[in-house]
Amino acid sequence: MSREDVLVTTQWAEENLNTPGVVFAEVDEDTTAYEGGHIPGAVRIDWKTELQDPVRRDFVDKEGFEKLLSAKGIAGDDLVILYGGNNNWFAAYAYWYFKLYGHDKVKLLDGGRKKWELDGRDLVKEVPDRPATNYKASDQDLSLRAFRDEVVDAINTKNLVDVRSPDEFSGKLLAPAHLPQESAQRGGHIPSAVNVPWAQTANEDGTFKTADELKELYEDAGLDTSKATIAYCRIGERSSHTWFALHELMGLKDVKNYDGSWTEYGSLVGVPVETGSNGGK
Amino acid sequence: MSDGCGAPEQTAVVTGEDTGDQVVVAGKVTGGEGALGGAYVRLLNADGEFAGEVQASPEGDFRFYAAPGEWKVRALHRSGNGEATVAAAGPGLHQVTIAVA
Repeated sequence: MSREDVLVTTQWAEENLNTPGVVFAEVDEDTTAYEGGHIPGAVRIDWKTELQDPVRRDFVDKEGFEKLLSAKGIAGDDLVILYGGNNNWFAAYAYWYFKLYGHDKVKLLDGGRKKWELDGRDLVKEVPDRPATNYKASDQDLSLRAFRDEVVDAINTKNLVDVRSPDEFSGKLLAPAHLPQESAQRGGHIPSAVNVPWAQTANEDGTFKTADELKELYEDAGLDTSKATIAYCRIGERSSHTWFALHELMGLKDVKNYDGSWTEYGSLVGVPVETGSNGGK
Repeated sequence: MSDGCGAPEQTAVVTGEDTGDQVVVAGKVTGGEGALGGAYVRLLNADGEFAGEVQASPEGDFRFYAAPGEWKVRALHRSGNGEATVAAAGPGLHQVTIAVA
């Protein structure tokens, strides 16, 4: 799989804003950014209210996903270009989520909203009116998604990649530094996990590093690429970004995202937790 | 606790603000004509390791919840980049201005 199969550049995006069969979608947790201005023609997907079940901690089910995409005017054979703020965290989550429900024609805008803005490209407030479709999803492809028991079993057997910042990994911080440090969970990480912060997979402008740079990064971190890998973070969106780097850009076959991540693991009773920095016991 | 990972709205600091037990690194991004809105502000630790990023408010305000230590803040904007350092000894408000050129 080449970079062009999974990513588009901002230049390509600008040249294809009106291409039939191409749908741009901005995915964010805080959708006020979309309201303030978005890529012309882009629809909005709200990570929190539209991709998460409103009651249980889980995704919307298959029927819910079909209903959502139908309402957004996205058809099964459309090429969906996802982008968002936070260095594409939530867009990468949506990408993984689209793949989970079997939508293969999906790509990320490399660098996301940040790159588009830093390029000085136009943003508009006009909301597109796309006719509804009759979208059909597949059952979840669980070869891409890890649950807690599999994660516990993976300790010392599979690669566990903790993609949070070093201070979250060590237990010094309980959340990313742009959020208040309020949390009831224990700090630390899953034993045997290596810490490769998501930010190391991206350039300053939010674009992904090359496959060769990523390979060097993970090899230096001690990742055995012949083994299965599970990525996690705090709530599963930064690890979607890393899942994208490992599975889509580097082409590793067996990579799962553990979307329960530290907010789940760090609250489980009876599981082992390690503190300290990378390699520290 | 926060159940998301997106940044909260970026607001200006208030002098004398009580941050409780939080180590807050906050301030303003400025350009040639005063406050510069919309820059992407990155928080880097003493080793240059990325710790967080927010987009400054239209008035140029940004805010991080950090840990005690030496921090670098770096702003990226379509008009240019800039950076500054700040030492946060402990809980409280640690203000810093980033000039973008």
